[in-house]
Amino acid sequence: MALALSSISALALITIFIIIQGAPIITEVGMFNFIFGMTWAPSQGEFGIFPMIVGSAAVTVGAVLVGVPIGICCAIFLSEFAPVSVRNFFRPAIQLLAGIPSVVYGFWGLLFIVPFIREHLGGPGLSILAASIILGIMILPTIISISEVSLLSLPRQYKEGALALGMTQWQAIRYVQLPAAKSGIVAAIVLGLGRAMGETMAVIMIVGNSVALPQSILDPVRTLTTNIGIEMGYAAGEHRQALFATGIVLFIVIMILNATAQYITRRK
Amino acid sequence: MSESGLKPQMKYKIETKAVNLHYGSFHALKDVTMGIRDCSITAIIGPSGCGKSSLLRLFNRTNDLIPGVKIGGDILLDGDSIYDKSKDISVIRKRVGMVFQKPNVFPMSIYDNIIIGPKHHGVKNRSKLEEISESCLKQVALWDEVKDILKKSALDLPAGQQQRLCIARALAVEPEVILMDESCSALDPESTMKIEELMANLAQKYSIIIVTHSMEQAVRVSDWSAFMMINEDKIGTLVEYSETTKMFQNPKDQRTEDYITGRFG
Repeated sequence: MALALSSISALALITIFIIIQGAPIITEVGMFNFIFGMTWAPSQGEFGIFPMIVGSAAVTVGAVLVGVPIGICCAIFLSEFAPVSVRNFFRPAIQLLAGIPSVVYGFWGLLFIVPFIREHLGGPGLSILAASIILGIMILPTIISISEVSLLSLPRQYKEGALALGMTQWQAIRYVQLPAAKSGIVAAIVLGLGRAMGETMAVIMIVGNSVALPQSILDPVRTLTTNIGIEMGYAAGEHRQALFATGIVLFIVIMILNATAQYITRRK
Repeated sequence: MSESGLKPQMKYKIETKAVNLHYGSFHALKDVTMGIRDCSITAIIGPSGCGKSSLLRLFNRTNDLIPGVKIGGDILLDGDSIYDKSKDISVIRKRVGMVFQKPNVFPMSIYDNIIIGPKHHGVKNRSKLEEISESCLKQVALWDEVKDILKKSALDLPAGQQQRLCIARALAVEPEVILMDESCSALDPESTMKIEELMANLAQKYSIIIVTHSMEQAVRVSDWSAFMMINEDKIGTLVEYSETTKMFQNPKDQRTEDYITGRFG
């Protein structure tokens, strides 16, 4: 009981702390200017985070485009086709993906993906695309394990019923089992979104971090998380408050995503 | 097989030839040989665990889904082996439909439940699909009850209606044989009665094979009855197979008599 309370109070303390730290700058600059401002120049007192909101959105959407198709196919393979021995090998292997420190992902991206993009697709390499690929891989464990569980927890009768109508195994999956597992799969995607949006270290290393609206997926951007990660070390005064305010925005977005995921899984 | 041409009454819709079924090391069915006639209702009865559902599930290859299953002997549908390697399983399952013990409507609308089968067998025309859904729902006497709520989730229907929807869904792919695996056991008496009436109607066009634990039901609805039991080695066997009236009035085998007079089971 006490332990449970302490974890909840930790959450409450963090929430209160970032709001106290960040709220003054929002009221000073104005909510609209803060969120839709195009210029981030702390030394001149300009705090507009719109390019970073776009940056976060771009890498998150990119991560989902990379991770969701792979993750769902993988979950279908594991739950429907893989023999038990293969499944028993893959499942811990996928969990292991979740255990790799994010700095290792970033390092790997910097060594392989960034040069590859630079040489074959152009641009600086440090880009939305690089971050999307790495984040797409990082959200795989979340997407695979939740989708797989929701497919496995379907009553066997759905599959048998579909096959008894003369549908092929693939049709049964595509038109009966996947729609039936929809809520779990959508929850998996939303949680993956939250994870991609909140990731910092790996993204700092490969996304380029320039504060500008991107023109293509080969352009570097800065995300909300990397903004905090890069500048917190030397920020003071209003600049520091503005970083906390960035945190508030991030916090709200991720809260909304997680609440959506919970709402979807509960509504059966 | 030149004889079969001479004796048309010997032609069966489904024929099993010395069928043996193993689940891994467990021998579930031994040497089952029987012929099932078209446009009739055949009831498979027997005590629990005698392999009657296993036998039923062989007729549309549902047992194939179970890992480690081994099937010996042969099953013919209109004289053609359904276990032939060149046979497309989905075609066999389209011809031999199945209704399960518990209603298993899919989590989608009533209308989508009906049309999902025909849609995947190539019917794309909307008005044709609507026609199919109406005629199938009418055949199971569900049309009047659901015609205004076709877009609602099938899961919201009461169990009796769900089961009739499952039958309608099976009819929508135009099967030739319908298998019913204790399809009334989860239902109230009134829904059971409706489904039994429905079976009698359907038997004019289809051959129906039911598994039932209720002897009363077998007597009420079936034309032919097959009594199954496990033998001394705990392997399911077919003990007696004859017209239902004959079997219940004058069983040939002592074990059948013991069972239907209620001495065990």
